Amino acid sequence: MAVRIPSWAAQEEAPFWEGIARAELRVQGCTRCGRLRFPPRPFCPQCNWPDAVWRPMSGRASLWSFVIAHPPLMPPFAEIAPYNVIVAALDEDPRIRMVGNLLAAPGGAINEVKPDQIRIGARLMVVFSAGPGELTLPRWMYE
Amino acid sequence: MLQDRTAIAGIGETGFGKLLPTSEERLACEAIMSALDDAGIAPREVDGLCSYTMETTDATEVARNIGAGDITFFSQVGYGGGAGCATVGHAAMAVAAGQARVVVAWRSRKRSARSARIWASAAESVAVNGRWSRPWGLLRPADEIAMLARRYMHEYGATREALAEVALALRAHANRNPRAAMYARPLSREQYLNARWVSEPLCLYDCCLESDGALAAVIVSRERARDCRRPPVYIHAFAQAMPGQIFAMTNYFCDDPLRTPSFVAAKQLWSGEFAPADIKVAQIYDAFSPLILFALEGFGLCGRGEAADFVRGGKLRWDGGAVAVNTSGGSLSEAYVHGFNLITEGVRQMRGTSTSQVDGAQCCLVASAECVPSGALLLRR
Ligand SMILES: [Zn+2]
Repeated sequence: MAVRIPSWAAQEEAPFWEGIARAELRVQGCTRCGRLRFPPRPFCPQCNWPDAVWRPMSGRASLWSFVIAHPPLMPPFAEIAPYNVIVAALDEDPRIRMVGNLLAAPGGAINEVKPDQIRIGARLMVVFSAGPGELTLPRWMYE
Repeated sequence: MLQDRTAIAGIGETGFGKLLPTSEERLACEAIMSALDDAGIAPREVDGLCSYTMETTDATEVARNIGAGDITFFSQVGYGGGAGCATVGHAAMAVAAGQARVVVAWRSRKRSARSARIWASAAESVAVNGRWSRPWGLLRPADEIAMLARRYMHEYGATREALAEVALALRAHANRNPRAAMYARPLSREQYLNARWVSEPLCLYDCCLESDGALAAVIVSRERARDCRRPPVYIHAFAQAMPGQIFAMTNYFCDDPLRTPSFVAAKQLWSGEFAPADIKVAQIYDAFSPLILFALEGFGLCGRGEAADFVRGGKLRWDGGAVAVNTSGGSLSEAYVHGFNLITEGVRQMRGTSTSQVDGAQCCLVASAECVPSGALLLRR
């Protein structure tokens, strides 16, 4: 898979997208105090240290919240609504939360899991798949 | 602290509607001239101008059109609906500091056109705030707030009943206010519960109107205000607020996503003569109904996690006996003009001229948007 970094990504974020291209979920970790931080940024909010390493995550998380988006919406999302968007809290540090989608199968669509089967606290594992917009992104399935 | 050293001497507004033919520039000037007339102050006395960064009518245009004098203070406040109270607050600070004597704050907006809606803009600004949310389909402000609302409901056991209380109370106020877009449109609990979804758990009636219109306020010193046409409404306290780790709207990435700006604003706001228990009436930014629950907790009108219980049984209504909220109908049912109509309604409450007047209220809390860097005012009669 070719490295596909979104045109709007900042320099600080490139290693995140390079990780996605290798099917690896990576988060910045402070080299001084060890605190993870996301979204990517130049300084640690805990100890103000600028240096970080990109740490691979286990890809395990729990479902923190979710919405079901209904029209009116923009393309390419309008055609597949209603669909879900979730927030996943990572096992390594539940304060590290990522927006994602819940899929029924790897490579599945974001409108396949029935809304009444989505519940806060559910165990999640990461998958990497393209979707509306064609960008390969980390998304989630039930463990 | 500002401590009543400045006052709002005049307020003005255009009518609210959909697809008004008038330009935003003309609406802005009409509202400003109406506010100056309300105060009994001549436009040539205006020497300060303050609005939102999202305002499209430039300060120079306003100055030229209203026939202002030489301007010695002008500023803009950022963060969309977070800016409202701060435009008045900055004006008050400028007057208190002697940088200007008559400052006009305003907001003019034509939002009801389809092309003006945020979700309709093709060149989506993923590059700014949405880069960690929009690629997954979290596109609109309604989606961003729905995510927090769902988590809030989960953490505190709140249900849609609490959101319905907000929507129904505000609609009841609009039904008493002939200026409100929803004046002639009552809303029942059944209609609310059967409404179409926008972003679950938010339905149509949890989301603000799309409106055109403009509003303005004139801020002067306490001494000057006493010589004006209307009774002064004093600016007792003003606060700006952003939690240190805030992400505007998509506030899921910080340690405590439900600790909204109102928790920060509260410290400054209650450092004067009033305490949360003194609040009988409040105007709270309501682009979405859950924002009112967040703010009730943040300002300490109830405990954290207790807002759903607090609002139960019509407690937000003007005659509900707890805290009357958005007594003109607010953004949900009067008009959505980036919350400036909450400021003018706060002034009316302190003048005793609201269509849902709360008896005996000595002060009125006015709060701008939750979940973005924001501000709040404490007005007193
Ligand atoms: Zn650190």
